[in-house]
Amino acid sequence: MKILVCISNVPDTTTRIKLSGDQNAIDLSSVQWIINPWDELALTRALELKEASGGSISSVSIIHVGNAGSDATLRKALAIGADDAIRVDAAPTDAYAVAHEIAEAIKDKNYDMILCGIESSDYNGSAMGGMLAEFLNMESVSSVSKLEIEGDELKLNREIAGGFEVVSATAPVVVIVQKGIALEPRIPSMRGIMMARKKPLEVVAATGAEALTEFVHYTPPQPKAACKMIDADNPAELVNLLHNEAKII
Amino acid sequence: MNNVLIYTENFDGKFKKSIYEIASYGSEIARQLGGEPIAISLGEVAEEELKSLGNYGISKVLTAAGETFKTLQNRAYTAAIAQAAQQENAGVIIFSASNTAKAIAPRVSVKLKAGMVFAATGLPSNLNPFTVPKKVFHGKAFADVVVNSERKIISLSQNSFGVKEHPAEVTIEALQVEAAAPANTRVTDTQKASGKMLLNDAEIIVSGGRGMKSADNWQPIEELAAILGAATACSRPVSDEGWRPHAEHVGQTGKIVAPNLYFALGISGAIQHLAGVSSSKVIVAINTDKDAPIFQAADYGIVGDVQKVLPQLNEAFRKFKAEN
Ligand SMILES: Cc1cc2nc3c(=O)[nH]c(=O)nc-3n(C[C@H](O)[C@H](O)[C@H](O)COP(=O)(O)OP(=O)(O)OC[C@H]3O[C@@H](n4cnc5c(N)ncnc54)[C@H](O)[C@@H]3O)c2cc1C
Ligand SMILES: Nc1ncnc2c1ncn2[C@@H]1O[C@H](COP(=O)(O)O)[C@@H](O)[C@H]1O
Repeated sequence: MKILVCISNVPDTTTRIKLSGDQNAIDLSSVQWIINPWDELALTRALELKEASGGSISSVSIIHVGNAGSDATLRKALAIGADDAIRVDAAPTDAYAVAHEIAEAIKDKNYDMILCGIESSDYNGSAMGGMLAEFLNMESVSSVSKLEIEGDELKLNREIAGGFEVVSATAPVVVIVQKGIALEPRIPSMRGIMMARKKPLEVVAATGAEALTEFVHYTPPQPKAACKMIDADNPAELVNLLHNEAKII
Repeated sequence: MNNVLIYTENFDGKFKKSIYEIASYGSEIARQLGGEPIAISLGEVAEEELKSLGNYGISKVLTAAGETFKTLQNRAYTAAIAQAAQQENAGVIIFSASNTAKAIAPRVSVKLKAGMVFAATGLPSNLNPFTVPKKVFHGKAFADVVVNSERKIISLSQNSFGVKEHPAEVTIEALQVEAAAPANTRVTDTQKASGKMLLNDAEIIVSGGRGMKSADNWQPIEELAAILGAATACSRPVSDEGWRPHAEHVGQTGKIVAPNLYFALGISGAIQHLAGVSSSKVIVAINTDKDAPIFQAADYGIVGDVQKVLPQLNEAFRKFKAEN
């Protein structure tokens, strides 16, 4: 079995968001880039499964659509333990274009399971995994919080309103993961970092896939009015304010 | 293609508030476009329930039920929704930004080559070019997204438009779907809590953090939730410690919620926590530390020990509920 993990390169989650002067772009000049947290957990789970598989999972590869600026992030994923990486050399304009590029780049590679995260932490699109599955005409299971492999069968927990469903799947399938899939992301070891330098990172040309959406303007959130403080000895005043001022109860 | 197609997901045969919200929202967009708002319902839903969509402006409901739609099969659902959009000349397709939308809206997008905006926060600000507002970086900024394709897909963030009554005459029509290709995924078991208020549906959420000190101290939180008909939630360390179930964890890596009222009790207000709750209309914080960052995000605050304040607050709410 061959596993592919799709990696999105995003600003560190604690980054303060600065807008460009005309507010038509986000100023990314001093941003620290990381592996999208969900993708890091997906990779961690893929590696756990590979190690436990006794050889039946032959490789865990990663793919990313982005410019050379993402290579440090991909090297980190290789240091965590991915076997090889593909970077499709194009700016990731929108999820539709990214999915189209990935579908073209891997269509002859016969991956059995493709893992994606439920969303990128920057544009919160929740789109790419499902789009990729449709381009590849593969089945997909989304909101997956648990992934086990038993022989040829994948056993997935899919979150639904108020609980979860257990889904049984066979390859090939796109699995879109969320909270629960792995506890903590793996941290690269010294040895991992050394080995990552020698692992293959193949850069492939983009096909020029078209984007359907574009971000044109940004606004900062409204500054919040100061918090109204209520005396700890007078909680009834809070009830009064919620009723008469905020009119929320 | 001025019509609008609204995917009205059912939960055990019933529509929730979020579905009436997108019915209202889709009807408004159809009015602006001069088209018709049409709903599509997949799975077994009683006629009475389908007709209730008419209260929110829907003029036609397409339905398909049967074995194929008993559980969520992404490809079959995608095919049915895409077929309905084509058959009804719908230029805009609306989902509620739920787990189901995450599973199928992107697939419909590719099938129809329709650009998608996930978790939109309001009506299009412009119809030409078609421009939709959404949050990015978990609420650290708002963005305008232009959709350039002929067809468009919007998943609406819950509680961002509201339910608007607009009675219309509804007709119900069966959608003739082609037989689904066999799927290599199938649901083998379902585990669902019943009766409990679900986080994503709740108008009020009472949430506890590490400042609650231990799992044994949750009783007053449960009590406040019961008084107000609210759902309970928690910060990440609380679910990591096993004090509360993982399903209650809110924040960047948990659930993103947008209730009318959010109580943050013994929660410091870390940026990753706020990422999941900052869309709440009103935030109330109780914390011993007057400098806790949660007070920057809150509308009302009490500096004090939650163990002491909460029982008194519950008493005050109980009294209020008895009188109102
Ligand atoms: C990548 C990443 C993702 C994360 N995702 C999330 C997420 O999704 N959700 C999330 O919540 N966190 C998340 N975190 C963790 C986050 O950074 C914080 O550590 C966490 O939110 C803190 O939880 P807390 O407020 O309950 O605890 P603490 O920060 O320990 O705060 C406890 C608060 O309780 C107050 N307190 C103590 N005693 C009392 C008392 N008797 N009465 C009243 N107040 C009292 C204290 O003053 C303090 O403010 C994430 C972190 C990372 C790095
Ligand atoms: N540029 C990209 N290259 C590769 N995978 C991506 C890229 N962008 C997003 N993904 C994958 O798609 C998931 C959902 O992203 P999004 O649709 O952007 O919210 C991410 O968690 C990644 O697994």
